[in-house]
Amino acid sequence: MKNEEHNFSRNDQSNLTMIPGAFARALRTNVIWQFIRFMVINIKMLVVVSKSH
Amino acid sequence: MARLVVLGGGVAGHTTATFAAKWLGAGHEVVVVTPNAKWNWIPSNIWVGVGEMSKEEVTFDLAPVYNKAGITYKQAKAVSINPEGSADNASPFVTFEYTGQDKAGELENMDFDYLVNATGPKLNFAATPGLGDANGMGEHTVSVCTADHATHAFHEFEKSIEKMKAGERQKFLIGTGHGMCTCQGAAFEYIFNIEHELNKAGVRDMADIKWISNEAFLGDFGMGGLHMKVGGYVVSSKIFAESLYAERGVDWMIGAHVSKVEKGSIDYELLDGSTGKESFDFAMLIPPFAGVGLKAYNKAGEDVTDTVFAPNGFMKVDANYAAGAYENWKASDWPRTYQNPTYKNMFAAGIAFAPPHLISKPMSSPNGTPINPTPPRTGMPAGIIGKAVAYSVCDLITKGENAHLHEASMAEMGAACVASAGKGVFTGTAAAMTVFPVVPDYEKYPGTGRDTEYTFGEIGLAGHWIKHILHHMFIYKAKLKPGWTLIPE
Ligand SMILES: Cc1cc2nc3c(=O)[nH]c(=O)nc-3n(C[C@H](O)[C@H](O)[C@H](O)COP(=O)(O)OP(=O)(O)OC[C@H]3O[C@@H](n4cnc5c(N)ncnc54)[C@H](O)[C@@H]3O)c2cc1C
Repeated sequence: MKNEEHNFSRNDQSNLTMIPGAFARALRTNVIWQFIRFMVINIKMLVVVSKSH
Repeated sequence: MARLVVLGGGVAGHTTATFAAKWLGAGHEVVVVTPNAKWNWIPSNIWVGVGEMSKEEVTFDLAPVYNKAGITYKQAKAVSINPEGSADNASPFVTFEYTGQDKAGELENMDFDYLVNATGPKLNFAATPGLGDANGMGEHTVSVCTADHATHAFHEFEKSIEKMKAGERQKFLIGTGHGMCTCQGAAFEYIFNIEHELNKAGVRDMADIKWISNEAFLGDFGMGGLHMKVGGYVVSSKIFAESLYAERGVDWMIGAHVSKVEKGSIDYELLDGSTGKESFDFAMLIPPFAGVGLKAYNKAGEDVTDTVFAPNGFMKVDANYAAGAYENWKASDWPRTYQNPTYKNMFAAGIAFAPPHLISKPMSSPNGTPINPTPPRTGMPAGIIGKAVAYSVCDLITKGENAHLHEASMAEMGAACVASAGKGVFTGTAAAMTVFPVVPDYEKYPGTGRDTEYTFGEIGLAGHWIKHILHHMFIYKAKLKPGWTLIPE
């Protein structure tokens, strides 16, 4: 059984959610992809910070 | 020469004092009255609580920094304010009790021209029987609200890991310790850091982990949740929060008021009125926050605490405290200048100001027990408000008492927040979020109350890197190292 399917089957609470699959989870710690996200998130945050001062 | 006294050297007070000292120069005096000898970057206490950082890494001595900035530093806790002076002193003054500097226990009065109350929260452990008492945290649970609490939490966590390694299952219960708590974000970070560390220690399968909180839905965070654009949809934070809990195998109990804590178990009441007990081997329950209990007296020596402070102990500012029922709440109820309406030379910044009402929808159980998060005032708003108040006070001092006051409404500012879900240069993750504005404005953004172009969140390693960089950046800034003013709040 895949990891996310195991967690779906844990209980009713978990069964009614969305759980990321292996690819989505791998992207979260993929250094190249996360470096791109690092740039994007920083820009987004700077925009919010500049709108707030 | 004018004197500004800042009460509290936390995120807001430190920001106010350091900017005011820089802008006013040597011609005026800035005084900080704060009980701790050390400054603490509180967000990183989470990592102290799981042994990934030491207390020394998240704190530094205040005295040399204030010395360098030309700020007079009193290691003391404020006790009372006399905004009109007294029978034998025409000047407004504050009374404080030393906690250090070889004068512990001594009382002193200090006159002020302007006063900023940035005393943050009292950790009100006494609100829940067994969670603690007036002297602080109790013996059954742990906390990560201060660096010392977090160090203690880590030692208890270590003991649990040892037990699991010896084959004994452990139940972790993490969340809020009362129906009126705020700061769910800190507990959220702690539960996922615990889960991450248990995996690293190879004992995750020996642990049952449960979240308990006063939120009406997962992902409320005291802000009524948030909506963000993902994959072409506008999605509630509830969907993502539930997803994360399910993915990491963490159960949850929400809409819960913890009514009693005993060794190994808590009593709770839920929003539907039902009650029950939940057991634990290790529990980190955030206490509710209140004002620190400052008193105020008028010239005749009469107690005017009710005039200056709201019943919860936070200081009244230019908010609309008469908004009434939820249906009438408006973004414009939220304060803009943080000036006390009665005494115009007093301001409150950060958690110390009394919010006009909740942000989340008010809820109570059929028994009348209020169970809803109180409004958070996270680091970024605390810093921005602290700086705006510093601007205002400096202008009042240098341009006169009719100077224009600077504004920083939480209903017009955004906040960036990074919630750690586990530490590690290549294995860590954190939810990086922004909301704009912090307090939803349903007149301006009728759908979700916020601008979905500037409200977003995603979880990943990038968020962890940002959280780690912010740790170093804000400690660098707070130490007033070269270029500190360029780092935004
Ligand atoms: C564990 C934890 C994690 C957090 N993580 C995040 C995060 O990731 N991001 C984020 O944005 N926010 C986070 N927060 C919230 C953030 O720490 C607060 O928003 C911020 O510290 C509020 O600033 P403040 O100046 O109002 O209060 P504080 O920073 O608490 O400062 C108050 C100061 O007043 C002093 N004081 C108390 N009583 C008196 C008295 N009688 N007289 C004088 N001084 C007094 C205190 O000692 C303290 O120095 C977290 C909070 C906690 C507890």
